Amino acid sequence: MTVTRAEYCVIACAEAWRDAGEVLASPMGTVPSIGARLAKLTFAPGLLLTDGEASLTADVPAVGAQAGVVEGWLPYRRHLALVATGRRHVMMGASQIDRYGNQNISCIGDWARPERQLLGVRGAPVNTLNNPTSYWIPRHSTRVFVERVDMVCGVGYDRAAAAGPSATRHHHLAHVASDLGVFDFATPDRTMRLRSLHPGVTVEQVADATGFALTIPDAVPYTREPTPRELRLIREVIDPEGRRTREVPEP
Amino acid sequence: MSKVMTAEAAVARLSSGMTLGIGGWGSRRKPMALVRALLRSDVTDLTVVSYGGPDVGLLAAAGKIRKLVAAFATLDSIPLEPHVTAARQRGAFGLVELDEAMVMEGLTAAAHRLPFLPVRAGLGSDVMRVNPHLRTVTSPYEDGEELVAAPALRLDAALVHLNRADAHGNAQYLGPDPYFDDLFCQAADAAYVSCERIVDTADLLKAAAPQTLLVERPFVTGVVETPNGAHFTSCAPDHGRDEPFQRAYAQAARDPETWRSFSERFLSGDEGAYQAAVAAFHKSPGKEGAR
Repeated sequence: MTVTRAEYCVIACAEAWRDAGEVLASPMGTVPSIGARLAKLTFAPGLLLTDGEASLTADVPAVGAQAGVVEGWLPYRRHLALVATGRRHVMMGASQIDRYGNQNISCIGDWARPERQLLGVRGAPVNTLNNPTSYWIPRHSTRVFVERVDMVCGVGYDRAAAAGPSATRHHHLAHVASDLGVFDFATPDRTMRLRSLHPGVTVEQVADATGFALTIPDAVPYTREPTPRELRLIREVIDPEGRRTREVPEP
Repeated sequence: MSKVMTAEAAVARLSSGMTLGIGGWGSRRKPMALVRALLRSDVTDLTVVSYGGPDVGLLAAAGKIRKLVAAFATLDSIPLEPHVTAARQRGAFGLVELDEAMVMEGLTAAAHRLPFLPVRAGLGSDVMRVNPHLRTVTSPYEDGEELVAAPALRLDAALVHLNRADAHGNAQYLGPDPYFDDLFCQAADAAYVSCERIVDTADLLKAAAPQTLLVERPFVTGVVETPNGAHFTSCAPDHGRDEPFQRAYAQAARDPETWRSFSERFLSGDEGAYQAAVAAFHKSPGKEGAR
């Protein structure tokens, strides 16, 4: 049974929540949502998930389906309060991300008069300063992985350090998953490092699609294989409609 | 004492240049009938504080916003609010871009009559760069932490929409999320609550438990009955989001010509005419709804 690129991406996202304990998983995007559900059904059973609205749900339905069991109430005001407690690991998207993990979802170009207005900062500043944050980038390119982001929404390691102890106290960028591989900031200067390649992807391919110099270890492992049970859960239980391939088509 | 009034009467109490808070969130339970009444008025030059959705979009399209205070503007099922993106790209209004939590704490500070509340959010981000008026505050305790002093977002007026209210201004949400409508009312000098239905005080608890009584009457100036008044945003359980209409709105907003015909069709009359045009739209969507 051939594992697809989208399925490696699901594994890559799911791994963000390994050993997370009883925290809220806040996945944004289809593949992260599948990943969070897979993590909860396998190696991170303590995770809390929401229905995308105001309920915490105890069961794990397929993506796009309604959950049946509510275990808690999490309207926006309590969600924002939960962020401040730190009991959460969010996986956000990024229109731009730089080598220190600064992320932009607000606008492209000059903030005063943007070329392209995007979402706005949303909760990226509060997220990155309060709870572990990871990123999911479905199309790895030099337009997204840039030398400098146009507007710092999610705070990276250099900016957190410059802002002082209150900014660094709970700041932790866990990992960045893309359609090409997995990245982290486990380097002496906290710049982005290639952690694993999805099978079929080369180091050169990643370097070419990245707009800054990545730290590339001498030996780069491949993203791990899904277990047969994980594959079955992805294909039959969590994403039977194959929504994952709409976000990550086969190369 | 009855505070019942029409949407027009509520809007007549607003004036140009005011700072206006609008409740709801994104494309969820927005006081759209009050916003439409505002569109029909000559009130303009507004500073708007909102968890932005099509409320902000419509006001931006009408050129009524001088300054927007927000963390985002979205239609939820459509990620970007097209009128807001277009307005930003042509530099049509000033923006105070804050983090979502800073907006919540700013409203809380205003409600508590405090000048600011300390938040961690904002440190290290460009929210500090694009808002040079923001200051930090240092903890007087041993930790000595330096935090952002989220300034109070005091409002001249607030507009919110709830499911039920009595004539005195006690208002109730029946959906899954209260959003921040109580804070908007408490942060404002005057608050206007529109609702799906005005009921007797004694009937408020017939639908749900007391904790759904979100807004108390001391914080409410006017109560307006506007059935389907959050349309086209969601107002669970009374009505869901009107997705086909929202799609038509977003499509029309992409181009000045189609926006003119959309405005003509839906926004040129009173609320009754709007609701009738929406009903007609669902019978025969026309080219805006073709999908």
